[in-house]
Amino acid sequence: MDYAVETRQLTRVFNPKSKKEGKSVKALDSVDLKIERGELFGLLGPNGAGKTTLLKILSTLLLPTTGKAFVSGFDVEKEFVEIRKRINMVSGGEISGYGLLTVRENLWMFSQFYGIKSSVAHERIDKMLDQFGLVDKKNEKVRALSTGQRQKMNVIRGFVTNPEIIFLDEPTLGLDVNASRIIRDFIVDWVREDKGKRTVLLTTHYMAEADQLCDKIAIIDDGRILACDSPENLKKLVKMNSTLKLDVNLLNDISGFGSLQGVENFAAHDDPERNVTTLRFILKDESAVSEIMSLILSQGSKIMTVQKTEPTLEDVFVKMVGKGFD
Amino acid sequence: MTDTWLVRNMRAIKARAYSRVVGANREPSWVLFDVSLPLLSVAAYAYIYKYMDAPEEFVGFVILGGAMTAFWLNVLWSMASQLYWEKETGNLSLFLIAPISRMSILAGMAVGGMFATTVRAVSTMVIGILVFGVAFSLSDPLMLALVFIVTLIALYGMGMMFASLYLIFGREAYHVSSLMTEPIYLVSGFYFPVKQLGFWTAMGASVIPITLGLDALRQLFFPSSGGLYGFASVTNELLILVALCVVFLILSKFSLDYMERLGKTSGRLTLRWQ
Repeated sequence: MDYAVETRQLTRVFNPKSKKEGKSVKALDSVDLKIERGELFGLLGPNGAGKTTLLKILSTLLLPTTGKAFVSGFDVEKEFVEIRKRINMVSGGEISGYGLLTVRENLWMFSQFYGIKSSVAHERIDKMLDQFGLVDKKNEKVRALSTGQRQKMNVIRGFVTNPEIIFLDEPTLGLDVNASRIIRDFIVDWVREDKGKRTVLLTTHYMAEADQLCDKIAIIDDGRILACDSPENLKKLVKMNSTLKLDVNLLNDISGFGSLQGVENFAAHDDPERNVTTLRFILKDESAVSEIMSLILSQGSKIMTVQKTEPTLEDVFVKMVGKGFD
Repeated sequence: MTDTWLVRNMRAIKARAYSRVVGANREPSWVLFDVSLPLLSVAAYAYIYKYMDAPEEFVGFVILGGAMTAFWLNVLWSMASQLYWEKETGNLSLFLIAPISRMSILAGMAVGGMFATTVRAVSTMVIGILVFGVAFSLSDPLMLALVFIVTLIALYGMGMMFASLYLIFGREAYHVSSLMTEPIYLVSGFYFPVKQLGFWTAMGASVIPITLGLDALRQLFFPSSGGLYGFASVTNELLILVALCVVFLILSKFSLDYMERLGKTSGRLTLRWQ
């Protein structure tokens, strides 16, 4: 089968310049991944999981240390020229472009690197500016844009070349709800518009974003793919379990929870400002709830909220890794 | 036109040049500084020559040198450090994933830089001529245009080569720029004929294209005194400049390829914050 993206035992190691800089870091460890054409594929993992490294390799900016990676059937090491004709990339928090140029000029400039005729480029740019609600900003200098407006412009930059495959690295990072929603809606519409021909590989650490957008999700941590399936199927992994979320006064010791009978896995996140520890439990047996409560109370902590939740992707992650995303 | 490799690269050159020209001229204060500051140095030397009763063309030599300084500074501080700044803003990785030759990006920067700087250099020259009342006697405008263009190609070819090297050396490269500013003013004869430095120094300084370019331009602007102050004949200087064009363009291609390969292997050079 002709995949949009395929990796085979892909490994990437970053070596320090000198011994002083510490040890080598294995950013990707034997990653096997197959992304079908027309898929909106999510790569979900915490910071430092290896998501960006994978994207850099697929977008021909980095070489694998070992293993193979193919984009649109072309080898990233040997056939990068062919790959570059077919891809584009957008990163969250990007500050690319030139502040003295207008939004329209910037977008036009980047479109020219893909050989798009100016009249076609301007037509596409104007249409997308309209879709993103940026028409009134088209003649503004880029440096005058807000963070959200700038990121919308970056997203347009990536899509204006009409790539076969687009790599989106945390495209809604740090954006407000409204700007994020516009970008997410656009991504979904774009991929569905020409079903089967356009592919999106999206990295995110926003669970809800991955859940809402993606046909398929790979969960990555420490450079390894832990699971890869549709969001529904991934959530089925914890369907047999109960999931419990508690907010309690800041806990000093959480070591006892893992060994409680009936607890399959758990994650804790401290918020010292609010003096709150949030606990998420994946339970094999609901009878563990009373023991959890007892252990919390025995530390003199107060339980503020208890929620039995529907399984989310975060629960899948907690079940597999034994930690949350924060 | 169909989307061929050539068309794509021509469009890339045009787009990158456009952004540089437009960007450079959207800050009127830069134009003011770029024109007025070189004039201050020019004025200092011009008054010294006038005070010493030096031949009249010496003031013209200084004005020409002052105008050409703009190109050297543009190559050294803008062209050479451009890829480094592109990396810091995240543009470099976008350039690298584009399906074009990296030479097109640099060529676009060079063309844009040449155009924007020519406006400044001409302004410096015109103001200098008006203020100091220098009379030029241009004999061979075609040759002058040829020497000027070839000098700029060789000079910006050198800048293209520096761009990759500066990226590899990072911030340390700025010290190199500082080191190369004033000494090059001296050995390239910005304010006096380079012949005065003696054959071997002038020959060594000829590696910097602006040395021979400036010398040839002076001979063409002041044909009557050319033989007296010129380092070599204009034809020979032009031939050497053509050779420098070839050498620097080839070296810049090699250094770009090396930089990209190193970036892909180490992951440090081409990616922001790495």
